[in-house]
Amino acid sequence: MDMKRHHYEDVQFLHGWANKFWFAVFVVLVIAAPYMFPAQLFLISLIGVNIIIALGLNILTGNTGQISLGHAGFVAIGAYTTVVLMQSWMIPFPAALIAGGILAMLFGVILALPALRLEGPYLAIATLAFGIAIKIILGNIPGLGGHNGISVIGMDLGFTMITSEVGIYYVIAGIALVMGIAARNIVKSRVGRAFQAIRDSDIAASAAGINLAGYKTMSFMISAFYAGIAGGLWAVLLGYINPNMFEFVVSIEYFAMVVVGGLGFVAGSVMGAAAVTYLRVNSDNLNSVPVIGWLLDLMSIDLTVQTGVTWVITGIVLILVVVLEPLGLYGIWLRIKIYWRTWPF
Amino acid sequence: MSNNPFFTVDKISKSFGGLQALKELSFHVNKGEIYSVIGPNGAGKSTLFNCINGIYKPDTGSVKIQGQEITGLRPDQVAAHKISRTFQNIELFSNMTTMDNILLGRHMHMKTGVFSASAMLWKNSFSAKDETEHRRKVDEIIDFLDLQASRNKLVSQLPYGIQKIAELGRALATEPELLLLDEPAAGLTNEEREDLIFWIRDIRDELGITIILIEHNIQMVSEISDRIIAINFGKKLVEGTVQEVTNNPDVVRAYLGAD
Repeated sequence: MDMKRHHYEDVQFLHGWANKFWFAVFVVLVIAAPYMFPAQLFLISLIGVNIIIALGLNILTGNTGQISLGHAGFVAIGAYTTVVLMQSWMIPFPAALIAGGILAMLFGVILALPALRLEGPYLAIATLAFGIAIKIILGNIPGLGGHNGISVIGMDLGFTMITSEVGIYYVIAGIALVMGIAARNIVKSRVGRAFQAIRDSDIAASAAGINLAGYKTMSFMISAFYAGIAGGLWAVLLGYINPNMFEFVVSIEYFAMVVVGGLGFVAGSVMGAAAVTYLRVNSDNLNSVPVIGWLLDLMSIDLTVQTGVTWVITGIVLILVVVLEPLGLYGIWLRIKIYWRTWPF
Repeated sequence: MSNNPFFTVDKISKSFGGLQALKELSFHVNKGEIYSVIGPNGAGKSTLFNCINGIYKPDTGSVKIQGQEITGLRPDQVAAHKISRTFQNIELFSNMTTMDNILLGRHMHMKTGVFSASAMLWKNSFSAKDETEHRRKVDEIIDFLDLQASRNKLVSQLPYGIQKIAELGRALATEPELLLLDEPAAGLTNEEREDLIFWIRDIRDELGITIILIEHNIQMVSEISDRIIAINFGKKLVEGTVQEVTNNPDVVRAYLGAD
């Protein structure tokens, strides 16, 4: 433990050599990933997309305490806006992506309206309905390709196209990194503190001068913006979009990422998104997944050919996390850190 | 002074369904006073605070601070009029440290928004300076209230008495001119209560903050109040100095029951 000598050190991003070192290792891994795991590049890119969604959802659910089970709706709005602007309006990818984020953010305001009056399960139902409605509406708007969707070819930057898998990965990784740092800084400063105050005691928060309606709306907007940006990236990564990608169970999956990772922790969003996405992508082949595969082999269960089993596994993991480690993967990480710091005691 | 009192409550009434919690209650508080509100359980004391602070909207009547109407404003708007409060059943942000709880009280004075917060990357960035400056202010409050040992602990892990003081710290951090304290001594040990009396006096004398106090402990009320109002069933029983109120037969009857 090092002494702090200045108030800035309380909020500094990467305070101390250990944090700087591990962050540097992380960045090097992110840069080297396409060469270390070329076969897994799609999975890693998808994890990057989902990290962005989880970061935003964690600000809303983990920090502000407002549940959303309709986040796939925001992702869909971002994805469709980006694709339509890029394909039909010939707008360059960066502008189209940001426009998608902003449109999702505006829908965030719309969803915040009921959120100001609803709490807990009632808010969950309202957001769930929002997510389902967006999916159905998008499937029925003429010109959006109906249930077959639209195909996408790369990121059109105006002067050049990024179409290679590696190129798309680096764009996603770069944006995820920037948005991750931004999320961490928001959570650590005045705005994030206001969100947490609303989560812990809205009465005391408002008595201390926080405009509840304003800050709840802001939290929905930030969260929706993150989802919208991720939607645009996901579309390009997959190469097509259709309404079925934004099924309501996908929203549940995003929610699971945040809970499994650790509610209210930026690092938790990263861990949760990585773990849940990994499980999802390997759902056809669960017997080869570490830990779970070993357990399955131990019980001589072969799930290689089962479909839909990923939801069962996600559900079991969620229950285990809530019961055994409410702080999620981040909580486990914290325990390991404390264990090493105090070792051998 | 009496022509233009610092804070006035004029004929406020509030009912919940058939229950009338406040009936045309009026009083005024002068600047720099410690003014206590006493009354039996259910007399409407906390309802009074909630009406002043904007958690409830009074049905009729008006509340003014320095001549400005604050009736029916939202709690955050009332807070902007430099009125701060504590709660009877501690309302701290339980998953935050003492530092962060008190820092939340600085919310109105800080300026960092979403964009400047995102860019908190070096020591001289706008938000980093904002944080640093106000953390320094919070440390002054922590020193003032002797909370150093609890500074970086989660408030949910603190003993009850310390939590009460931390809540007082958060209320002070907003730099109020009027402080509403709802039973600050309830549940404190004698020693903690002595400290609290000392601090309440200090808050008034050194910081010049006017205080309205709800308290059941008559001994404490007598010790620090300039004036007292006794209420029962939402109505004023009597108002005046410590002697006048504590010797009043109506007050004695309200507390001890009719003979």
